[in-house]
Amino acid sequence: MNAIEFDKVTLTYGGRRVLSDVSFSIPQGAFVGLLGANGAGKTTMLRAILGLIKPAGGAISVLGKAPTRGNAAIGYMPQARRALGDVGISGLDFVLSAAGGHRWGWPVASAAEKEAAWKALEEVGAGDLARRPLGELSGGERQRILIAQSLIGNPQLLLLDEPLISLDAGHQRAIIDLVHEIGERLGIAVLFCSHEINPLLRAVDRVLYLGKGKAAIGSVDEVISGPVLSKLYGTHINVVRVAGRIFVMADDVELESRAHVHDL
Amino acid sequence: MSTIFDYEFMRNAFYACTIVGIVSGAVGYFLVLRGQTFAGHALSHVGFPGATGAGLIGLSPFLGLTVFTVAAGIGIGLLGERAHRDVAIGIVLTLSLGLGLLFLHFYTAFASQATNVLFGNVLGISLRTVIVLAVLAVAILVALVLIARPLLFASLQPELAEARGVPITLVSTLFMVLVAVATSEAVQIVGVLLVFALMVAPAATALRLTSGVGAGVLTSIALAVVIAWISLTLAFLTDWPTSFWITALGAAAYVVSGLVRRPSGAPEA
Repeated sequence: MNAIEFDKVTLTYGGRRVLSDVSFSIPQGAFVGLLGANGAGKTTMLRAILGLIKPAGGAISVLGKAPTRGNAAIGYMPQARRALGDVGISGLDFVLSAAGGHRWGWPVASAAEKEAAWKALEEVGAGDLARRPLGELSGGERQRILIAQSLIGNPQLLLLDEPLISLDAGHQRAIIDLVHEIGERLGIAVLFCSHEINPLLRAVDRVLYLGKGKAAIGSVDEVISGPVLSKLYGTHINVVRVAGRIFVMADDVELESRAHVHDL
Repeated sequence: MSTIFDYEFMRNAFYACTIVGIVSGAVGYFLVLRGQTFAGHALSHVGFPGATGAGLIGLSPFLGLTVFTVAAGIGIGLLGERAHRDVAIGIVLTLSLGLGLLFLHFYTAFASQATNVLFGNVLGISLRTVIVLAVLAVAILVALVLIARPLLFASLQPELAEARGVPITLVSTLFMVLVAVATSEAVQIVGVLLVFALMVAPAATALRLTSGVGAGVLTSIALAVVIAWISLTLAFLTDWPTSFWITALGAAAYVVSGLVRRPSGAPEA
């Protein structure tokens, strides 16, 4: 069974067509980097997989079923929108808020929910961070807590939206290795959204690259090439490989790093 | 000191401060956690023409105030992120104060009350008002307990909560209604302009000192109540306005908590 299947899917966001007639499939257990410029539709694609928006055309299948909101089989880490620096909540309580957070009542965690939260925290090696308030954690430590939260509910598929944002190179590597290792240990597919291909090179099985409403999927060498990316960007693209790093250039301007700076 | 409880108005003031302190501390904790402190401020301003307008047509200012704040609370809850617009908020707030001023202009007999509405008059609270405050407080606290779990989830991770099936617009709108009623209660103590002092200062202080929700809410409540009690006592001793003391002690608590911080380990690089 495939973790995700898109069959001629068209997605719109705010009346704008973000993806049109896109088909691909991601097998269970694969580690896939989801790439593309700002506004290419990465987050929109994740929201469609989560069942939060309906495709304007085509069919999506997630773990063999149509997407439904509240699908506990999907672990999701949204893009961090708010600095959690001033939040006086411990890592444990933060992870726990996702356990049974849809039920009404006062947030008293059951023994089973506490066990699930500790298990998720141990999974990311953050057991020792659990009692500390989020505001006291470093960026890399906080990302681990967020990943632990996405693991609540024993997901069969992980969707991570820009987990590398505002991390330095060392912490980026640590997060990618951690997610890669978790995906392999649990045998689940991971869709890892990022601006940059280079940090992902060490871990991804394949990349899904979005642009101009189209998508290309395949190995890094198949997708990150001049002809493929020229189609996705709608302009002439050169791909230069230097010392194990990949530079995506349009008219001598490096696209990916510029997108990254722009977003920060 | 031994005579402070001999006066009925002082006893009523202590009852009112206790009730409103509990409500403001509890609701304020979630307000600060959600990063929506502007709402407490905005709702009270919108309530001002409600209070003065009700006075103009012979109704209870408290009723007018509450109707306006609740209506505005529902509006903010339904608008969600779109309500976070500096200029629009600023214009709505000044328009509200302007309208309130206009109503005062037409109803000059009520004008002497203006200062009370703007800055509070805890020493003028009747036993009947205390009972109304208590009934509303129980309703707010019961409702808060019922929505606390999805509210906490939606406050910390709105997109994940949405994906997990939490009705986030409903939850945030219900919470805004609670904030609106709590604001109307706080206005009775500190007035329209100083609601921040009771709703936000104790809660923000508590969020700095605690790392759990239960402890945070209780600390926030304790701070709000103790600040209000000390302020009443100081007002009794000094004859300075209670509202001044509440703002001063709230600010002091917040500043001191920034120096003390949480008791757990130091931040790592």
